[in-house]
Amino acid sequence: MRIAGSMQVAAPIELVWSIVSDPERALDFMHGVTRWETAGDQPSGQGARYRMLMRVGSAEVGGLVEVVEWAPPCEFAWTSVTGVDQRGRWRLRQAGRGRTRVEFRLAYGVAGSGIWGWVAERVAAPTVKDHVHRSLEQLRRLVEQEQRRERAATRAGAAPAASSR
Amino acid sequence: MATTATGSRNGHDARAPAPAPPPAEDPGRPTSGGSSLLGRVLRELAEQTQRRIPRADLDERDPDYIRERLPQLWLAASIWYRGEVRGLGNIPDTGPVLLVGNHSGGNMTPDTLVFTLAFSSYFGVERAFYQLAHNLVLSMPWLGFLRKFGTVAASPANARKALDSGAALLVYPGGDYEVHRPSWQGSRVDFGGRKGFIRLAIEQNVPIVPVVSIGGQETAFFLTRGERLARLLALDRVFRLKVLPISLALPWGVNVGDMLGHIPLPAKITIETLPPIDLREEFGPDPDPSEVYDHLTRIMQDTLDALASERRMPLLG
Repeated sequence: MRIAGSMQVAAPIELVWSIVSDPERALDFMHGVTRWETAGDQPSGQGARYRMLMRVGSAEVGGLVEVVEWAPPCEFAWTSVTGVDQRGRWRLRQAGRGRTRVEFRLAYGVAGSGIWGWVAERVAAPTVKDHVHRSLEQLRRLVEQEQRRERAATRAGAAPAASSR
Repeated sequence: MATTATGSRNGHDARAPAPAPPPAEDPGRPTSGGSSLLGRVLRELAEQTQRRIPRADLDERDPDYIRERLPQLWLAASIWYRGEVRGLGNIPDTGPVLLVGNHSGGNMTPDTLVFTLAFSSYFGVERAFYQLAHNLVLSMPWLGFLRKFGTVAASPANARKALDSGAALLVYPGGDYEVHRPSWQGSRVDFGGRKGFIRLAIEQNVPIVPVVSIGGQETAFFLTRGERLARLLALDRVFRLKVLPISLALPWGVNVGDMLGHIPLPAKITIETLPPIDLREEFGPDPDPSEVYDHLTRIMQDTLDALASERRMPLLG
């Protein structure tokens, strides 16, 4: 089952990338995700591994995932190593001046689980869809908050310079 | 799924694997009336039953099989039982651990189903996880699939073997005694004084993680354990069954024995996993099993009371 959601945010692509690619901030915006911990010595980049869990129904599902695509500031994709089968992708594209189009995709399933797997995927879909859309919304808020902070810092830096003249 | 854990292969305290020397008389075998017809019949029945119990083999656990069944478990746990499992982060990420649960729901124990799903999805099916179950459960041909989930017959040897392998082991000290308690005692932890699991944890030097669940006793209307009836019919000697429970359950109406299971009512199951207890750290280098037992049952009862106070309606939770 594949769930996807997208949005546009009024922020430069580099800023959005700096947030979605930072494992330390994953829990700040990925809705439903209860765990996103670096596994191993490599914190980010292709080959980095994370132990992730997402609450769906009665269980926290997930497992060990590995980053299989890492192309700053556009593509960040992972696939499962253990646990349920899953693929995830953050896809960023410039959408005009100072704007970024963000797409979040999640595909999941359990190979070999037959008809029950088919049913479970569909029963879980509304929850996963909700997680995807809320994650995008939370990312938007986080990006806007980051922008405000940057602007304030810039103004604060400019003010002493102006007063010293 | 019936995963009560009672009698052991050598007839000792059910899920209470104890290193104590064997008793002079094995309660698992009929010993009285040796020459009478009834005595011979009972002895033959007991031997037949024992022969049917498959040898425990930890290798029968099959991670791929469990992974492929996760969707079924998830559907049952999420839709039918609206299961909620809290505090899984309290279970150490690695190493052997003894998970000690209170048991509810008759032979269709929903707490085991919900917890197995939660554990397997949280830690991954790759992490070895075994459950001790009553010998009779594993001798039922239609329940053979449980062995693939890691269910092994309750015995001290199997418990040690599982922990020696570094696995997580789930035991229900109350076993068939607790699982068939009357519905009005649903919020009571009742291990029946069984402490063998504590001696096992001390001997193996593994932490105990209490697992407290509520809701299982609302899946049918459990009336009585039927202990006297079980004794009268010699079930304790033939099948090591201390109880012959009577309940009102679907689709039977009056359900005696619960041997064929029943259709459980869709009660909400809530499970809370408590922080691990390092017995030597908390009770000294030579822990007293009775002291540990009192402490463990007290904190589990306190948690169960808190879970009970959250429930507003039977079944709905």
